[in-house]
Amino acid sequence: MHIVVCIKQVPDSAQIRVHPVTNTIMRQGVPAIVNPYDLFALEEALRVKDQHGGRITMLCMGPPQAEDALRKCLSFGADDAILVTDRSFAGADTLATSYALASAIRTIAKEQAVDMVFTGKQTIDGDTAQVGPGIAKRLDLQLLTYVSRIVELSLDERSIVIERRAEGGVQVLRTQLPCLVTMLENTNEMRFANMDNMLRAARFSVRKWNKEAAGIEDVTKIGLKGSPTVVSKVFGPKPRTEKADTESLEHSSPRDAVLNLIQKIFTRNPGLEDELVARTVVP
Amino acid sequence: MREKFDAIVVGAGPSGNAAAYTLAKAGLKVLQIERGEYPGSKNVQGAILYSDALEKIIPDFREDAPLERHIIEQRMWVLDNESFVGSHFRSDNYNKPPFNRYTILRAQFDKWFSQKVREAGALLICETTVEHLLMDGERVVGVRCDREGGDVFADVVVLADGVNSTLARKAGFHDEIRGKNVALAVKEILFLPEEMVQARFNVKEDEGVVIEMLGKITEGMVGTGFLYTNKDSLTIGIGCILEDFKNKNPNRSAPYALLEKLKRHPAVAPLIEGAEMKEYCAHLIPEGGFFAVPKIYGDGWLIVGDSGGFVNAAHREGSNLAMTTGRLAAETVIEAKSAGKPMSAQTLKAYKTMVDESFVMKDLHKYRHLPEVLHQNNQFFTAYPELVNHAAKTLFTVDGADKHSKEREIRGSFRASRSLVGLMSDAYKLWRATR
Amino acid sequence: MSETPPNAKKPAARAAGRNLELPEHLKSYKGVWVFIEHDRGVVHPVSWELLGEGRKLADMQGAQLAGVLLGGADEPLDRFAADAYAYGADLCYVMRDPVLKGYRNEPFTRGLTKLVKEGKPEIVLLGATTMGRDLAGSVATTLATGLTADCTELTIDPASRALAATRPTFGGSLLCTIMTLAYRPQMATVRPRVMQMPAKDSTRTGSIIESSLDMVEDVVVTKLLDFIADANSNKNHLAYADVIVSGGKGLKNPENFALVRELASVLGAEVGASRPVVQAGWVEAERQIGQTGKTVRPKLYIAAGISGAIQHRVGMEGSDIIVAINNDANAPIFDFAHYGIVGNAMQVLPALTEAFRAHLAVRARRAA
Repeated sequence: MHIVVCIKQVPDSAQIRVHPVTNTIMRQGVPAIVNPYDLFALEEALRVKDQHGGRITMLCMGPPQAEDALRKCLSFGADDAILVTDRSFAGADTLATSYALASAIRTIAKEQAVDMVFTGKQTIDGDTAQVGPGIAKRLDLQLLTYVSRIVELSLDERSIVIERRAEGGVQVLRTQLPCLVTMLENTNEMRFANMDNMLRAARFSVRKWNKEAAGIEDVTKIGLKGSPTVVSKVFGPKPRTEKADTESLEHSSPRDAVLNLIQKIFTRNPGLEDELVARTVVP
Repeated sequence: MREKFDAIVVGAGPSGNAAAYTLAKAGLKVLQIERGEYPGSKNVQGAILYSDALEKIIPDFREDAPLERHIIEQRMWVLDNESFVGSHFRSDNYNKPPFNRYTILRAQFDKWFSQKVREAGALLICETTVEHLLMDGERVVGVRCDREGGDVFADVVVLADGVNSTLARKAGFHDEIRGKNVALAVKEILFLPEEMVQARFNVKEDEGVVIEMLGKITEGMVGTGFLYTNKDSLTIGIGCILEDFKNKNPNRSAPYALLEKLKRHPAVAPLIEGAEMKEYCAHLIPEGGFFAVPKIYGDGWLIVGDSGGFVNAAHREGSNLAMTTGRLAAETVIEAKSAGKPMSAQTLKAYKTMVDESFVMKDLHKYRHLPEVLHQNNQFFTAYPELVNHAAKTLFTVDGADKHSKEREIRGSFRASRSLVGLMSDAYKLWRATR
Repeated sequence: MSETPPNAKKPAARAAGRNLELPEHLKSYKGVWVFIEHDRGVVHPVSWELLGEGRKLADMQGAQLAGVLLGGADEPLDRFAADAYAYGADLCYVMRDPVLKGYRNEPFTRGLTKLVKEGKPEIVLLGATTMGRDLAGSVATTLATGLTADCTELTIDPASRALAATRPTFGGSLLCTIMTLAYRPQMATVRPRVMQMPAKDSTRTGSIIESSLDMVEDVVVTKLLDFIADANSNKNHLAYADVIVSGGKGLKNPENFALVRELASVLGAEVGASRPVVQAGWVEAERQIGQTGKTVRPKLYIAAGISGAIQHRVGMEGSDIIVAINNDANAPIFDFAHYGIVGNAMQVLPALTEAFRAHLAVRARRAA
């Protein structure tokens, strides 16, 4: 069993702030982390490995410092880690990214055939959820997105049954390997790395592939060149000209403030008052 | 987990990094264990980098270390509620490389230093807490970590685990931290465009200013404040002896409240106006000085940095003492290893000798009485700031009164506040505290 | 694993480094298409919201608006098409095939891709649901074109006449406008409730263009074994609720969240929450409103103890009336709320609950 888990290193967006005047992103000391959604994918892959044996190869496309993210994944028990890093990958949108990662997975498969690819549902910085489906399409893998649970996996029959989150319920799907799974969040709990793996990860020589080593055949399909989408501008949200009509408890009692508020709401939308009255059960 | 290292360094702050780097560079097998998510995540400092200490570890650090501004001006302010009396030292000599002191941002600096440690060959693991030392009788033989299979062994363990160190306490190497031997300090980093920093502080690109403050800003508690210029931000902070927050705090002010007041002080507010807060943190600082330094070596162990109380509160120096003790500890171990000696207390005593002979203990010794003297003499933080500010105001205000009367008034105010005997006694105490 | 067939549509000239010029052969792509998502006899309302938006885009381009329906032979696709016309579509592309009964990636990707290659639309919109995102990513990769996800605004750029899709970036702190200038179709997904539901005009009609898939079940590798409906389908109600009362970290502790529930109960409202509160475990994740939660546009949104950071704001700023209750007069929420009370939510909420209860009871008795 050979599983490839794709991860991305992202800035911890909870800590990024935007300067109100200059609109610049303030990333002072903001740590880069493994995209949290990817950890659910990794944990699921580790569970598959626990049950069925095999190897897990971590794959990440990113700048040199993304090596730290791969190391962290190794500490949980992954076997191998490859960082695909090259200046020419910069500026890639999801189409170009899926091309690069698919090429790398194809190259990895030359060493050992790949049975499953796991990715997180989406990234916290791009949050498009497009790269997983893109990779699957390019490598002709059966695509299983928003997977909440792996029900059954049979290596002999090369089949897998999963539960997939859909609107209003869960689809139960069966398909054949090789497949690509994008894992839903909160579907499992990440294990606590043991000391052996921590030390192994600290010592590990993460493989670094430039575009040649990654097996990129068509350089017009990577980076900016390979990206159909163009960011034409980045801007801050428009400040609303009118601020809220507020009343402060420093000047009014709670009772008066709420009575005034209710008055204002129902004056603005009398139909709303009727609707709410209709829902009220007369005592 | 039976793996054995030459040395285990607990902590990836300045002292831990100094030790790990020096050891690894000499070819020893080093494991460094940090409990934070990444090196520096648990560290807080002003922050000032002292080139002298770092040069002795990484001579060419200036090539790629993230440095904010090199300091060309030092300001010392004594504040009362609306004003300050200060003395400044500014010298163009400080513009001649190599520069002596820099302001830094710890988050970035620690990341850089840690990268160097790893490049030197040390193994670093993070998010791992050392629960306690593994002992063989009285001898430390390794550490137990909070992970499965978490026992790791080494010839020597260097405790660089900071002011809050529980390890040494658990092992009985020193007592519980006492509230009067630490200060609780809070600081904020305020974003301010580079040109504005330069305009307000009268410096050019890459030049920096350090302002150290004391006075009524600590509301009678023993403590100081500071304001440093970074490239495009300012660091402002204030801290007081922990015990004072409990016992000598008339307004029951929390540390953060003191900082807010400091920011609003008429002398400080204009300097930080328009700056936006982007980071806030708090930490403990060892302030006990000479008498609070515990035993720093034993069979198979050494203590470096804040964990050993190596902070010179009088001069607000800590990171240089941390790096120096880290380096000296490493040098002791390297020396012992190459001479084939065991890491016994007897061998490691050389560390204490080196520390005693260095500026570290010499400075701590010089100021050994200062904590106690300050603790028992609030007037240095209350009456005197008021008196000197009042004196300056009287002297510099031209209001028709003749200078002689003014002088008399000033003298009188000092005498009224402290009495002649008190004044002489205060002078003596200060002299005694700093000789 | 096989290689995707090389894209036959090679752009004629490509600017060095960036793809900014629409090649000649792609200029014939016209029309705005909306993928109409349906499952077990019901169309997801996001499809109608997208038709509303699509109508505006089609009008700007002087082009037609089409609905796209893929489904099983026995599914009510004609009824869905009739609804589509009522919501603004001029025509519908319909593909009926047994393999299309119940969503699966492979047949739907094949079907939509075939339709796009035949019909050559300029713009294709899909709802950012699990189905929509699954399908959009696969189709965009097959067609090697640009796809922009979770858009909050769609318009036509006057200069290039391309689709300008705006979405949040950098964790929601900023917005960015993205365009696909040199490739067609331009694809975009939009989350439910971000766009307004258009008015329904049942007098409108349109035409159907049938297309066949020609795919047999045997070649479809993935099989749909079962569908397990959610036991508590109240979760869907939050996104379409008319009145929502939400609580944030300003409530200080989980016990105080009960005050939010009480007010909601008096108003017959749904309960919502900001992300920090969900992360702290005070309330179920399904209640989260915001960039990584649900988008809502109720008639009345009451936010208690919520600061109004952009990540929450984008999830509810489309509400008709926004009321904010917060202790901090400078909280960002007061910048875009309509009404507010500056004060302790723990005091205001009970007072507001009581006042609403009394007011509605009086009116109800009068009406009875």
